Amino acid sequence: MEEFAALLDTLVYTTSRNRKLALIADYLRETPDPDRGWALAALTGELDFPAVKSSTIRNLMKDRVDPVLWTLSRDFVGDTAETASLLWPEPERREGNVPSVSQVVEMLGALNRNTAPKELPALLDRLDANGRFALIKLATGGMRIGISARLAKTAFAQAFDVSVDEVEEYWHALQAPYPELFAWGADGGDPPDVSNRPRFRPFMLAHPLEDTEVDVADYAAEWKWDGIRIQLVRVGGESRLYSRSGDDISATFPELLDVLPMDAVVDGELLVRGAQQGGPENEKTQGGAASFNALQQRLGRKTVSKKMLAEAPAFVRLYDVLIVEGEDLREQAWTTRRAALEALMPRLPDTHFDLSSLVDARDFEHLAEIREGARDDAIEGLMLKRRDSPYIAGRKVGLWYKWKRDPLLIDAVLMYAQRGSGKRSSFYSDYTFGCWDGDPDTGAELLPVGKAYSGFTDAELKKLDRLVRQTTLNRFGPVREVERTLVFEVAFDSVHTSKRHKSGLAMRFPRIHRIRWDKPVHEADRIESLRALIRD
Amino acid sequence: MSAPFSWIRPEPWGVHIVPADCWVDPGKAVDRALVTHGHADHARGGHGETYATPETLAIMALRYRTGLADESGEIPTKAIPVEHGETIRLPGDVDATYIPAGHVLGSAQILLEHAGERVVITGDYKRRPDPTCAPFRVTPCDIFITEATFGLPVFTHPPIEDEIAKLTKALTDNPDKSVLVGAYALGKAQRVIAELRAAGHHDPIYLHGAMEKMCRLYEEHGVQLGELRLVSDHTKDEMRGSIIVAPPSALNDRWSRRLPEPITAMASGWMLVRGRARQRGVELPLVISDHADWNELTRTIDEVDPQEVWITHGREEALLRWCELGQRKARALALVGREDEDD
Ligand SMILES: [Zn+2]
Ligand SMILES: [Zn+2]
Repeated sequence: MEEFAALLDTLVYTTSRNRKLALIADYLRETPDPDRGWALAALTGELDFPAVKSSTIRNLMKDRVDPVLWTLSRDFVGDTAETASLLWPEPERREGNVPSVSQVVEMLGALNRNTAPKELPALLDRLDANGRFALIKLATGGMRIGISARLAKTAFAQAFDVSVDEVEEYWHALQAPYPELFAWGADGGDPPDVSNRPRFRPFMLAHPLEDTEVDVADYAAEWKWDGIRIQLVRVGGESRLYSRSGDDISATFPELLDVLPMDAVVDGELLVRGAQQGGPENEKTQGGAASFNALQQRLGRKTVSKKMLAEAPAFVRLYDVLIVEGEDLREQAWTTRRAALEALMPRLPDTHFDLSSLVDARDFEHLAEIREGARDDAIEGLMLKRRDSPYIAGRKVGLWYKWKRDPLLIDAVLMYAQRGSGKRSSFYSDYTFGCWDGDPDTGAELLPVGKAYSGFTDAELKKLDRLVRQTTLNRFGPVREVERTLVFEVAFDSVHTSKRHKSGLAMRFPRIHRIRWDKPVHEADRIESLRALIRD
Repeated sequence: MSAPFSWIRPEPWGVHIVPADCWVDPGKAVDRALVTHGHADHARGGHGETYATPETLAIMALRYRTGLADESGEIPTKAIPVEHGETIRLPGDVDATYIPAGHVLGSAQILLEHAGERVVITGDYKRRPDPTCAPFRVTPCDIFITEATFGLPVFTHPPIEDEIAKLTKALTDNPDKSVLVGAYALGKAQRVIAELRAAGHHDPIYLHGAMEKMCRLYEEHGVQLGELRLVSDHTKDEMRGSIIVAPPSALNDRWSRRLPEPITAMASGWMLVRGRARQRGVELPLVISDHADWNELTRTIDEVDPQEVWITHGREEALLRWCELGQRKARALALVGREDEDD
């Protein structure tokens, strides 16, 4: 336990990733089995001792320290485990020797709610402040020292000079303290047999699109949902849910564990039911998902209350199928996998699954328009997938793209407004805005730089419409020129030089990001700041 | 006769000794000031008369250049040295005695006596041995006015030998690098250097320019610091395997780029709390404090055993609670302008 406590303490103060890797790798090489396996599980948050909660520790302390002094100390230190490790009364003499990590794990595992308050103190008495900190962190889970599963796997690979991809493959299929993993990695034994285990397969990832344009004949488009990308695996009737980094998050979303009716590996977006993303369920934008905030409430929990399950039920919007009933589809083209996924859908409960719908477009321009038309900030953008792409781990150029709405921002002044079309035809809903061509205080002028008709709510549209009518200077058919009184924060994807515009600039996909009712117009940006954002 | 202790009155900017029209560690310029020690939140320039130990006066002269003038540097002021153990008579029949506080060079507690009543103001203090200053002396009194910088039961400062050993071990483990120690320029830096020497570390120690004058001042007052060199006079390679001492503000500064692969250490009582060390990007926290820890604070109150405890600054809530639990009469003074020293 001393070495583990020292490792933990050093990791706390280490910021460099390489240094962290080296520290963990050293520890793994120098520590015997099964201590190192348990330590690895503790670092990556895979140990769980239901009998020891943060409240167990608090209660132990309240019997030993004045509650006011405890609270003042806890507030100052900011961490219950650390405060308790510092305030624990040092015993007169340390009874017994310092236990090993395995002994600690064994003792903690044997505790129940009744025995914990009696047995934990004896354990704490055998350790110094650093050891107590390590023990409490280990027992209550949640090390929070910036060690992701990925980092730990990389450290393992580095310690024993094996490939991190292989480590990744075996890791989650095995149970702590991972004897097979160490037998293979450290002692040169056979690779673990994981064929019958619900293991994680590394995700296929996308590149940002940037200035590439693709042919919609070659690429299928899907909405990019703002949830968390997950992999749901069922093998031999046993299910696991993995996050993008390969962390096992099954315990956080128990409602998804017994719902795949067949052995399969599927890839999708985990979302919570709602109407913030794409509106209520509908043909055009699919919809039906709550904001990421709603999902956030459920992340990082080890146990989930009934109330949470009822209020924020999770479901998976499926993107892909990797394996179904023993058939590995990863080598197949996306079109084939998509057909398999569509064929699978009727067999899946619609309470927990739906299919990520495809976005049909005539051409790339049309696709851009559709992307813009989804006036919903919660939808992150579009995914473009090459129709003939196999499912390949990692990021391979040219196969999948993400076309994110990752905007540049500028403050511009409303200059003209035009009536919209369709149901917005009675409102002035299309806005032309401009930036200053110099210092507005010494007579600079506004030059139009772009036009936007999205990014505001219906209530805001009404307010804008009223403002346009009240401040009209001139009318040109459907267009009104207005007094320069209002600043928009405009978001856009990029800006390019253009001979067709008086400002010499053209913005790509501008939309209203925020209406700055509060901002004086002379504080809006100048043409030169917009020009500085050109990246041709 | 007036009410007991009506002659001593806590005000937001310091403790006022009414019959002497005199202030202890005032936070603004006054006609007559008694100063416990040279740290900036206790010693300010610009007073009419300043009573302090010769060492504290020397420190103030160094820190404020013209010493005891105000900010414009024009109004000449009078510096009156008071030795440790010396008693001076102030107007209004008040006697003031300066007693070692063990905090930094020249630091003093001030015992005030008037009409048979005794008040001790500790300034800042510690009970641990320190080769750079005279040790704290317990002085019985009626009102004990104490600091509480580390007034929380989580603060138990480890023996300094352990922390110095961590420092020298980091050096032996990394002979090609250097260890950069952030330490307060007055007191902490010299104490760390003196303790390193006592532990047998006789290699040259490199200093940030801002440390030099104070180290010289300590040496002039008889504190041996061994061979000190200025970082600016040496190359990266010359400093490999060395200890470098700099003010905490220089730790993450551009300045540190001239050092050979520095491991960032910091010597401060706050380093006991992991979050504090992480916040400052410290890789090697050294829990070394010039203030009393929780046990020293509470033990000292028990030993002095006053009728009343007044708390000047720090984590006063917890110390108040401790007094309440022990049925001691106590109050917090809420002085303005006092900082969390020991950085
Ligand atoms: Zn001080
Ligand atoms: Zn102070």
